[in-house]
Amino acid sequence: MNLDNAFGLHAKAITLRSHRAEVLATNIANAETPNYLARDFDFGAVLESVAAGRSEMKATHANHIQGGEAELMGQDLMYRLPEQPSIDGNTVDLQTERAEFTKNAMQYQASVRFLNGKISGLLSAIRGE
Amino acid sequence: MSLLNVFNISGTAMSAQSVRLNVTASNMANADAISSSIDQTYKARHPVFQTILDDMNFGESGTTGGVRVAGVVESQVPASKEYQPGNPLADEEGYIYRPNVNIIEEMANMIAASRNYQTNVEMVNASKKMLTETLGIGRG
Repeated sequence: MNLDNAFGLHAKAITLRSHRAEVLATNIANAETPNYLARDFDFGAVLESVAAGRSEMKATHANHIQGGEAELMGQDLMYRLPEQPSIDGNTVDLQTERAEFTKNAMQYQASVRFLNGKISGLLSAIRGE
Repeated sequence: MSLLNVFNISGTAMSAQSVRLNVTASNMANADAISSSIDQTYKARHPVFQTILDDMNFGESGTTGGVRVAGVVESQVPASKEYQPGNPLADEEGYIYRPNVNIIEEMANMIAASRNYQTNVEMVNASKKMLTETLGIGRG
């Protein structure tokens, strides 16, 4: 049995969730920077493509080190549609970003709990209790 | 590790906002600093923020990063001239010059800066909680 398979999608999901936390933190940090455009990515779509195996990361040589599979690519990031664009060209809506950050953090914790559950299941199988 | 990066990003925002608070404090403190010549009068200052694009992440695109103060600009609003011949700082014609600080604008700036600072502190706390939880994976 392969441990990677045992943990399923959750291991990839937490990597992507932490990337998303970073993107949202960038938006919040730049909440008052003129001409800054808020960015985000479609978590479901990116996770799906990560799970299917990225085509961009093909190794052309056996010695190539494979990057982390759940890496986020620049082209995944999209600009958020502003609800209340401001005159200085900034499109960050602090409320939206904070809500998204909190949601992302909760979903991250959910994935961590799932992983914990899998690990304790494996542990009890190993111990044979 | 991208969650640790949140600390850096929010950290840059916190220092940028504290520069803004400092500048606001300087403006407010000098709001009544009159002088006898238009060149010596204090001018209101405002920081200009700029995104630090970190191209170490996500390859060539450089899409996450903090914020920094690109510079501090002086307000170009002319200093107001006031006729106060009795003032010891008055010039030969009896005029004194007041700084172009707009107290109401500065108050709004101060509140916005402190709110923004708080938000970034909360981001750091939230990321810390996420990391602590991650460190506990597998402990049962």
